[in-house]
Amino acid sequence: MRRRLVLLAALLGLGAASSPPGVDLDLVLQEAPAPRLSDYRLFVDESADRPNGRVVPYTLATPLFTDHAEKSRLVFTPPGARIGYTATGVLDFPVGAVLVKTFAYPADLRRPDRDVRKVETRLLIHKASGWTAQTYVWNAEGTAAVLKRAGARLPVRFTDLQGREVALDYAVPNQNQCKTCHQVDGALSPLGPKARNLNHEVALAGGGRTNQLERWRRAGLLDGAPPPAARPHLAAWDDPRQSLDARARAYLDVNCAHCHSPSGSASNSGLFLTAEETRPSALGVGKPPVAAGRGAGDLAVGIDPGHPERSILAFRMASGEPGVMMPELGRALIHEEGVALIRDWIRAMPAQAPPGG
Amino acid sequence: MSRITARLAVVAGLAAACGTAQAATLTVTPGPDAQERLQTALLDAKPGDTVQIAAGRYDLTDGLSLDVDGVTVAGAGPGATVLSFKGQKGAGEGLLITSDRVTVKDLAVEDTRGDGIKSKGADDIRYLNLRVEWTGGPKETNGAYGVYPVASERVLIDGVVVRGASDAGIYVGQSKHIIVRNSRAEFNVAGIEIENSMFADVHDNVATRNAGGILVFDLPNLPQMGGHSTRVFRNWVVDNDTPNFAPKGNIVAGVPTGTGVMVMANRNVHVFENEISGNQSAGVLLVSYTQAFNDPTYNPLPRDIVVRANRIGRNGWGPKFPGGPEIAKALGGPLPPVVWDGVRASGGRPAEVRVNLADGPVLNLNLPGPGRMDAAAPTVAATISDAAIAEPPAVSLDAAGK
Repeated sequence: MRRRLVLLAALLGLGAASSPPGVDLDLVLQEAPAPRLSDYRLFVDESADRPNGRVVPYTLATPLFTDHAEKSRLVFTPPGARIGYTATGVLDFPVGAVLVKTFAYPADLRRPDRDVRKVETRLLIHKASGWTAQTYVWNAEGTAAVLKRAGARLPVRFTDLQGREVALDYAVPNQNQCKTCHQVDGALSPLGPKARNLNHEVALAGGGRTNQLERWRRAGLLDGAPPPAARPHLAAWDDPRQSLDARARAYLDVNCAHCHSPSGSASNSGLFLTAEETRPSALGVGKPPVAAGRGAGDLAVGIDPGHPERSILAFRMASGEPGVMMPELGRALIHEEGVALIRDWIRAMPAQAPPGG
Repeated sequence: MSRITARLAVVAGLAAACGTAQAATLTVTPGPDAQERLQTALLDAKPGDTVQIAAGRYDLTDGLSLDVDGVTVAGAGPGATVLSFKGQKGAGEGLLITSDRVTVKDLAVEDTRGDGIKSKGADDIRYLNLRVEWTGGPKETNGAYGVYPVASERVLIDGVVVRGASDAGIYVGQSKHIIVRNSRAEFNVAGIEIENSMFADVHDNVATRNAGGILVFDLPNLPQMGGHSTRVFRNWVVDNDTPNFAPKGNIVAGVPTGTGVMVMANRNVHVFENEISGNQSAGVLLVSYTQAFNDPTYNPLPRDIVVRANRIGRNGWGPKFPGGPEIAKALGGPLPPVVWDGVRASGGRPAEVRVNLADGPVLNLNLPGPGRMDAAAPTVAATISDAAIAEPPAVSLDAAGK
């Protein structure tokens, strides 16, 4: 009996002298943020390349565009806790869960795994009182990341996918700006890990592919998921096998709808770009601007079907000028591929009715 | 326990209680890293605290934001504490406030790329003794709104000066219980605008050198519609003569240059005891919303409108709205100071529209529907009085009473 317990303990990594201590759950749950990222022990190495136990990677079908930064995502769940499945909205993460997102730039985007410079690691921590957001900015050597609450501008250079040199004043958000986007009805909330945006195939470390939600369920991380066929699915914005409409709506949902929803920061605009929205006027079709100011760019409506060049939506996405550009946080560069997608979508709309409308 | 020890314990307990409840002042001074120090103070402030921004110029590169209830942000005066956003690289406004019971006072915000100061979902907000200015004068590339409270209850704007906004200098949208007073709006497209809001008192302000002085609008397809119960009184609405420089798609781009007071698609608006002169298009303009809309709950007509006891000088000598010059020519002189589109039907059906226009003469365009200038049948009447229309009570900003 005792031998069996010892074996079990060893399997779980308990009391084994050789295995490192787990994530510091007390620190995760305490109200004040830790001064250094390493304090949480989310990683076993100082450069945060090797996640600790119970810290697992995930990917999104369609991610937010953030000035071409490479983003690696991890989720920590406390021992004994599981993530509750929800068909709509963000999954029901247990108290003590941490979402970890590191923003990094390879010197050349065409070689994403070489000469990678980490810029910041953002944490969304589910405390007993709700979610909090913090960001940790990396030093130049990539050996330590320290808490930065008031935001910062960091010079970044890289070579883009077309081989062009890009210089950028990368914006680290201030703590309030995290909430400007990460907000549902005034409370802070994660955005990405919704069932529909996690429901896609991912590569396994040992080779092969599997559905990500199914993998979480089998690993005992996810509770209450219906059979795979009953789970919602968000298109990958850049997957040409999926329909133009599905890709465009996925792109707008992820890049715009965190603010442009009835419960988001831009609720007063009446422009709602969530995946669930079906009213053409709420999506911008024939909708005059409300408080856009010069952001309207001398154009009359959000979307003029068939005419991206007459649509404020495409105009603001194609701008890099503060006060005009959308989103107004999270980017300084123009996402040319995203702009092209939305222009194609508007161009394909019949002049009288929007697709699916 | 001895009596002295007990007493000491009580004193210590009181001191601890006061210590936690006592309001602190977080002072920020000009100098290097002002952006980070100022933003840190706005993050560190607790309810009841004051973030005191010392006199001087602050060159900021990003938007500032406040999300703590009950904080006062104070400068040393709108001529002394200057937050300059000339080098702004990001964010849609200079200062964003998203918490309740905030006061911002005694400072200036200059040259933001988007809006000057915005507050959203921020109840009991007070904007006091501020200056928001685009220092290059009126330009289409200036930000949209100077001060921009939206989706809030109980809004006070008092002693605020705004110059150069490419939309409205002082704009209150989708809010309830609003007072705008003792303020000055000049060289904006619209001086003061109340939009999709209920219970607003706009009084003792100066609106001059804008394209349009004071606007009361209601627009369709927004979370809050059906604006009503606004009183515009004792304002000085004079010489609004800056050519409209709004970007074309915006609703205020349709404000004729030289409009004093303009009411569009709103209910129960009372305009009285203002000084209205020097506005070349119209002293008071009452019009319907003319664009297409598909919201059945939206009413595009101005109704229950009272215009009385204003001091009206020279207006309407060079109307800048479509059809205006032709009508002026037909009348053989300047337009009457009060111009109403005369629409009494919406969607082809008669609508309940009552006006009481005691300041005349009144030009009634008698349009059969919104924007139907093609079918105008202008008439001039000394006054138009459909009915007595009760005035809304004075706005109270007392939260307990609501």
